[in-house]
Amino acid sequence: MARVRVGLFVTCLVDLMRPRIGFAALKLLETAGCEVIAPETQTCCGQPAWNSGDAPGAVALAKKTIAEFEGFDYVVSPSGSCGDHIRTEYPTLLAAEPEWRDRATAMASRTYELTDFLVTVLKVDSVPGDHEGSITYHDSCTGLRSMGIKQQPRALLAKMKGVDLKEMNGCEECCGFGGTFSVKFGEVSAAIAERKCANVLASGAKAVVGGDLGCLLNIEGKLRRMGDESTQVLHVAEVLAGRV
Amino acid sequence: MEIKSMRFKANAAGSLANVVLQGNLKNAKGKFVTKRAEALKDLDDFEGTRDAAVAIRNKVIDNLDLWLERFERKAQETGATVMWAKDGAEVCRLVIEIAQKHGVTKVTKSKSMLSEEAGLNQALEAAGIQPVETDLGEYILQVDNNEPPSHIIAPAVHKSLDDVADLFHKVHGTPRKTEIPALTREAREVLRGHFLSAEMGLSGGNFLVAETGSVALVTNEGNGRMVTTMPKVHVVITGIEKVIPTLEDLSTLMRLLPRSATGQSISNYFSILTGVKQPEEHDGPEHLYFVLVDSGRADVVGTDFHAMLRCIRCGACMNHCPVYQTIGGHAYGWVYPGPMGSVLTPLYAGMENSIDLPHAATLCNQCGVVCPVGIPLPDLLRKLREKQTERGLRPLKERIGLRLWAWVAQRPKLYALGASLGARYLKWLAGDADRIRLLPAAPEWSLGRDFPAPQGKTFRELYAARRNRTGDKP
Repeated sequence: MARVRVGLFVTCLVDLMRPRIGFAALKLLETAGCEVIAPETQTCCGQPAWNSGDAPGAVALAKKTIAEFEGFDYVVSPSGSCGDHIRTEYPTLLAAEPEWRDRATAMASRTYELTDFLVTVLKVDSVPGDHEGSITYHDSCTGLRSMGIKQQPRALLAKMKGVDLKEMNGCEECCGFGGTFSVKFGEVSAAIAERKCANVLASGAKAVVGGDLGCLLNIEGKLRRMGDESTQVLHVAEVLAGRV
Repeated sequence: MEIKSMRFKANAAGSLANVVLQGNLKNAKGKFVTKRAEALKDLDDFEGTRDAAVAIRNKVIDNLDLWLERFERKAQETGATVMWAKDGAEVCRLVIEIAQKHGVTKVTKSKSMLSEEAGLNQALEAAGIQPVETDLGEYILQVDNNEPPSHIIAPAVHKSLDDVADLFHKVHGTPRKTEIPALTREAREVLRGHFLSAEMGLSGGNFLVAETGSVALVTNEGNGRMVTTMPKVHVVITGIEKVIPTLEDLSTLMRLLPRSATGQSISNYFSILTGVKQPEEHDGPEHLYFVLVDSGRADVVGTDFHAMLRCIRCGACMNHCPVYQTIGGHAYGWVYPGPMGSVLTPLYAGMENSIDLPHAATLCNQCGVVCPVGIPLPDLLRKLREKQTERGLRPLKERIGLRLWAWVAQRPKLYALGASLGARYLKWLAGDADRIRLLPAAPEWSLGRDFPAPQGKTFRELYAARRNRTGDKP
C-alpha cells in the first residue's frame, strides 16, 4: 500500500503557544507510517470568525484552508474543535456556493481529529510515548459531542504501560473556555473552570490530559491561579508521542 | 416583564459574588442532571422518541395557522371562547375584560410563563383584581416582593430552605419552620382560602390539542387542578406555538417532557381539560377562555430561528448549561434564562436589548444534546451573533478587530510575522515564569486565572528550521 499522505492542520493556538504539540502529532503520524506535511501557508480554520458572527471572514478562511489541504489523502488536526469546524461547519458555511460546498464536503469525509485518525483509520497497535504516572482525561466539548471523541484517546493511552487513568467526576462537562467567551465573560468562564479544576484535583491524578489546547490553557491557567503548582497539564499528543 | 438583559454582565458578576445563590445553584445542578439521566434509562429509545417529537412539532410549526384554526374550531365546539392576543398588552387587556365581565375580584393562578412575559400580575393589580400565585415556587416569589422567576419550571430554585423559612416567618407572621413539610403545609393553609374564594382561575398550557380542543397541563402540586376546576371562570394563556395535532402526539411528547424537565416518568398531576362544565358534570368551569398569544412568535416562523418554536419548555437546556449552572436565571434579565432564553429574549424582547445573551454561551452543545425536541441551540446562538454583526449591534472595536484578524489570517506571510511577534511578546511578558499573571490584550482572561507562557517560537518557525536541517523540500 502506498504511504498515506496526511496534511497536518496544526491549529493557530498550537502554532502560537505550544509547537511541541504539533511535533508530537507529526511524530505519531510518521511513526504510524504516514507521509506528513504541514502546509506552511496554513493559518486559522476560521472558527473564531464563524462563532463571532463574521460569516464573510469565516467563508474566506474556509476556502483558503480547503485549497491548501484538499490535495491530501487525509486532513488531521490535534484538536476536536478545529477538526470539527473543518469537517462539520465548512459544508454548512459554504452552502450558498455549490462548487465550494462540494469541495468542502469531499474534504470533510477525509478530515479527522488526531486520536480518532490513529485509532479508526490507522488502527495503530502501539504508541512511542513513555509517560509514567496517573492521568485524568478532560473530554473537550466539540470533539466529544460533535466528533464522538471519547474512547479513542483512552484506547491509545491504555496501550501505555506506565499510564494509569483515573477518571474525574464530570469529565464531559465544559471547562468554561468557549473561545472568545473566555475573554468576553472572563469571570463566568473562570468560575466554570474552577469547577473543572476541582474535579481534576479530586481525581488525585498527577496530570490532566486533553485533546484541545484551548481547554488546556484554560485549565492550566486556573489550576495555577488556584495555587496548584504540581498537576501537569498535557495535550494527549505529547503523552502519546513522548520526546520530540 | 421588565427587560434587564442588557445588564447581563453586571447581573452575572452579582450572581458570582452571591455566596448563598452559589450554594443553591450547586445543589440544584446535581438534582436536575442526575434525575433526568436516571429517568431516561427506562425510556426504551430516547433517540427514536425524540425524532418522533421533532416530527410532531415540525408538522405544527410548518403550518401553524392551519393547526391553530383547527384548534379554535374544536375548542369552540366544546363551549370555549378563543381569543387572540398580538402582544403582552393585549393579553392584559383581554384578561381584565374577562374578569370584569364576570365580576371577578380575585384570580388564582397556576404557573404561566406567558403571564410573566405580559406582566399580567401588575396589570391585574392596577385594575383592582387580586392575582394569587398558587404554584409553590411562584407563591414564594410573589410574597417576596414579586421577585421574578429564575427558572421556567422551578421558579424559586435560586432560594434555599433557609431563605423560604425566613420569608414565610416574615410574611405569614408565624413561628419560623425549618422542615419542608411544615413549610408546604403553611403555604397550603394560606392558599386554601384563596382557592375557595377566587372567582376566576388562570393557567398556562403545556400543549393545546387540536383534535379535541383541549389543553394539557403538567403539574406536580395539585394547584393546577384547584385553579382550573373550582372557579366558575377558567382562562388559559399560552403561546400560539403550543398547539399539537392529536392525543396520540400528546402521549409521545409526554414521554419526553416530564423526564427532561424534572426527571419524572410522569408528573404527579397530568390533566387534559376539555370544554366547559356540562349539566351532568359535578365540576369544571362554567366559562372557559383561551387567550392565544403571538408576542413575536409568528415573526419567527420561516426564519433561521424557526426550529426554536419546537420548544416545549422543559428547562433541560438550562439545567445542563455550564453558564446557567454558574450564574442562575436572574442574570439573563428576562422571563426565559439559559440557552433557550438566550435565543428567545433577542427574538421576543429585541436583539438590541440583549446584546450579550447570544455570546453568553461556551457553545459546548450540552443543551443541544439534551433538548427533547432536537433544537440546535448552539447553531441558533451563533446565527444570532451573525445577525448582530450584520446589524452593526456589536461594539465597533470588536467588529474592526475581527475583520482585521480575518484579513491578516488570509495573508500567510503577514500572519506568520504576526504570530512570531505575538509568541515572543507573550514570552517576554512571562519573563522567567511559566505563566502570565495579567494579559494586557485580554484583561478579562486574567480576572480569575493565569495565562500559561508560550514556548517562544511558533510551530511554523521551528518546522521550517527542521526542514532546512533535514534537507526536506519546503
